[in-house]
Amino acid sequence: MQSKKAHETLGREKLQRIIETCKSVEERSLDPFLIDINSNIDTVKQHFPEWKIPEDLCLDAETLHSLASVIRLQSEWVKHRSTSLYTDPFLLEDKLKRMEKGEIARTLLKAWHPLIEWEQISLHSMAEAMRYWNSLIPIEERWKEKPPEQVGMGSASREELVRQRILREKAFSEELEDFWQKLKKAVVERGKNERIHYWDFIGADTYEETVDKAYLTSFLVTYGYATLEIHPLEEEMFLVPYEKPIAKAGMKQLISVPISVSSTDWQKWKRGELK
Amino acid sequence: MSKRKATYASKLKRATHMLFFKRHAKPGVKGWELRKALGSDYPKVLKILDDYLKNLDLEVKTIFEEDRKTEKPSLEQLDRARFYVALRGDLVPKEAKMVGWRIDDFAGLAITIAYIISKKGKASREEVETLLREKLPGWKVGLNIERYIRYGYLTQDESSQLYLDWRTRAEVDQKALIDMLMGAEIES
Repeated sequence: MQSKKAHETLGREKLQRIIETCKSVEERSLDPFLIDINSNIDTVKQHFPEWKIPEDLCLDAETLHSLASVIRLQSEWVKHRSTSLYTDPFLLEDKLKRMEKGEIARTLLKAWHPLIEWEQISLHSMAEAMRYWNSLIPIEERWKEKPPEQVGMGSASREELVRQRILREKAFSEELEDFWQKLKKAVVERGKNERIHYWDFIGADTYEETVDKAYLTSFLVTYGYATLEIHPLEEEMFLVPYEKPIAKAGMKQLISVPISVSSTDWQKWKRGELK
Repeated sequence: MSKRKATYASKLKRATHMLFFKRHAKPGVKGWELRKALGSDYPKVLKILDDYLKNLDLEVKTIFEEDRKTEKPSLEQLDRARFYVALRGDLVPKEAKMVGWRIDDFAGLAITIAYIISKKGKASREEVETLLREKLPGWKVGLNIERYIRYGYLTQDESSQLYLDWRTRAEVDQKALIDMLMGAEIES
């Protein structure tokens, strides 16, 4: 048992070493042929049957990825060597160090064909510029500061605030109680087994109304008026109302369930495609 | 003058204006711009202009997007290529002074370009600076590299790697430079 564990640790270390070597070849532009791909692949193959946990399998995949990067570098290296521009950098560096400054400059001049360009203003562009200048509004006028807009004070009635959706018609707790009753009624009328499908309850004629209902439903569940039954494999969600509100705090660990109520989902529900 | 000749004479003038006067941040004109201004026979107009410029030791140079010389480029490749007017021959050192660069600046550029080519088109700025310090005073090295970048000979990425930029591709015969440097006889 002990030796098997030690063997696995050794295997992980070997893979780590391969990854590090590949990285250093890539980052420091070293000769990619310094890495013996075949022997490294053999090492990966040898240890592969030992890997059981996802972390080890990820390490195995990362090693293969690093080796693939080195193979790509080897291919580029061969391609570059076969081009007419290939020069041994060490040989060139040595040549450059031994050559006179003037000689290097003269060599460049023989291979240098500078571009020709003129920078000259024409009569036509002068006339254009004059026309532009004449039509330009003075800067003082363009950048004139506008006085701040005067906003008068006034009063608004509660009805107006409700109409503008700043205030709700009822107190929130009152609204939640009503909504709970609606859920219970919906379960009796449209539900099955004392529960109703989540979308069948929150779904409404307009998207705005649907979002509003989803928002209130989240409070019903949080405050213990109802619970959410989730069947992940069937991808189904049901709402089950309680007879009496249940105080959930302190009973067990509460969890958050994010539910997407997008416009696309709503349209799917309208078409009967969302269950 | 026949109508056809007059048309080409006028197109030749227009092409000369477009190629010589700098219109954008970079000199030169894209193929599609020439097609728009001169018509689809713009390669023929450029050929006539090139023949004319030969006597003045100038040439119309084509730099393809893929940075490869193409024997028979397609119209699409020509449209995406950039066209410049460049010196056909080379400058003697006396003339090079007119450009406003010192001999140190030319030598530094040659070393940098050659070194980057030998490193497969990419070299770290630190390595290039170390190599330049062999021949140039330390305070000048950084300034010169900045100048080469500003003129478009080099470009630098966020990890301080230097690459050859558009002006080197347009102005420097890279193969000739490397061949001449490698073939140079060194006096010992």
